[in-house]
Amino acid sequence: MATILAVIEHRQGVIRDITFELLTLGRKLAEKNNAQLIGVLLGHDTQSLAESLRTHVHRLLVADHEVFSDFNGETYQQSLATIVKKESPFLTLVGNTAFGIDFAPSLATQLGFPFTTDCIGVEMVDGRIRVTRQLYDGKMDAHVQLAESTSYVLTVRSGICPAEQGGLSAEVEKIESPVVSQPDHKRFIEYIEAVVGDVDITKADVVVGVGRGIKEQANLPLVEDFAKAIGGVVACSRPIVDANWLPKDRQVGSSGKTVKPKLYIAIGISGAFQHIAGMKNSDTIIAINKDSNAPIFNEADYGIVDDLFKVLPALKNKILEIKK
Amino acid sequence: MDLIVCIKRVPQTAEAEVKIDASGKDIVRDRLTFDMNEADSYALEAAILLKEKFGGTITAISLGTADAEDTLRIALAKGADNAIRIKAEEFAQLDGFKTAALLKEVIKDITFDAIFTGCMATDDSYYQVGPVLAELLGVGHATLVSKVEVADGKAQVNRELEGGLIEHLEMSLPAVFAVQTGINEPRYASLIAIRRAAGKEIRVVGREEISIELKSNSTLEGLFLPPVGKRAEILSGSTDEISTKAATIIKEKGLI
Repeated sequence: MATILAVIEHRQGVIRDITFELLTLGRKLAEKNNAQLIGVLLGHDTQSLAESLRTHVHRLLVADHEVFSDFNGETYQQSLATIVKKESPFLTLVGNTAFGIDFAPSLATQLGFPFTTDCIGVEMVDGRIRVTRQLYDGKMDAHVQLAESTSYVLTVRSGICPAEQGGLSAEVEKIESPVVSQPDHKRFIEYIEAVVGDVDITKADVVVGVGRGIKEQANLPLVEDFAKAIGGVVACSRPIVDANWLPKDRQVGSSGKTVKPKLYIAIGISGAFQHIAGMKNSDTIIAINKDSNAPIFNEADYGIVDDLFKVLPALKNKILEIKK
Repeated sequence: MDLIVCIKRVPQTAEAEVKIDASGKDIVRDRLTFDMNEADSYALEAAILLKEKFGGTITAISLGTADAEDTLRIALAKGADNAIRIKAEEFAQLDGFKTAALLKEVIKDITFDAIFTGCMATDDSYYQVGPVLAELLGVGHATLVSKVEVADGKAQVNRELEGGLIEHLEMSLPAVFAVQTGINEPRYASLIAIRRAAGKEIRVVGREEISIELKSNSTLEGLFLPPVGKRAEILSGSTDEISTKAATIIKEKGLI
């Protein structure tokens, strides 16, 4: 029977959310194509992890070995190369995450299979794979057809296929670990936790997020004054941290913090998916941006299409009037 | 240390309106500005910092059309010693894999201690070129790199994971590092350096110098605008009216 293989992503003893999304997508594709979904778990002391996966897959392959205590893209690549060759799935699914991106493109290259990355949609048409990807800072979508092959590798973006309940009951199939030591040329040393700053943006009721649209560091006080008036904290998107205008602990997004305030005001943030991932569950979102096509307006409840340098002072005054 | 930096000239679309062109497979480019891909400028700076510490040379390589030479000259002005352009106009369907395969064909004849690339390009968002290039060259790689320090022939490498967590690796050289944005402060090129770089020779590599048959992994069928989601209620009126409406909404939510 044809198979789809999904690589289980976990870190520090916890299965990452992307895994259940990937398994949901994999199962849907398997059901449509009369195939079986195989989960591959590489880890150490995996019993409880394996238990939570059994209901989501038709088969669960588990390689339990010390070498997988921590993540190393190279040990994953070499192990998966062996497993994929043995199982011959027609599709291998990996999360488009810091984990997946470190081994999936090189794995596919090693195996000689067509692949692509950061898919937001996956279809199978006549045994061939057609995906949807985003280009140009998320402002365009594209349909991409993969070259004809017997096997493919795809990385899939987080959040595109909401995780569903399982209902299956796979038995754990223990397999021998294809790799037993880290390679000399790439060794995992340690995880370093994020530095804790003076303000915890995840605890605030009102978060004022600022992005590239603020243009210059000299304009930041405008946002800080506004945040003070409304009683919120200042957060930001990645470009502001990259430019060193605000510290890393103020960054909202997949590589920063996830916030769920009562009110999120996005100022000059176009809405890259990495940022959206960090704020989409806010109770109310108001976005201010001069580009009416900015993706942020697809997530916001209320939009202001105007020059932020005009709107911010005006809105600040209105808020101060109401407070009086 | 002998270092290679792969750079790409890309349209600056983050703050611009983007439209589909008549072919349906590309965007309208004539009103956009172009510059070095953001992550690549951090990759270049990372290489320059290593060269300043250890000496050696930097070769900047770009797969691009003739105007990519402007971007290569910026790299030369900032600190690269040599520049190579691979003529993109002579190759079709340049996905991440084929781009990496072309780069490999040029790099295989150059000795290097490390290759720096951006972790992704903002135009095609592949995250592929660094790791695939490493695989094709038979050397190690790390992606989403947020720090590289070299001592005693080993590299201490940090990778940026989700939620601000860092993965610290020890790697041997040569290796490929696909770097994340924000890892250093890319320098500006001085006017004198820009003038000097204008006279430097850029080696141009065309199809006739590539000995192998290259395949693509994928074919772009067409572009379309992302489907509109729930879509915000747009507040209309003068700036004053809009501000009143927004303040009222915030008040009704009990937040002020």
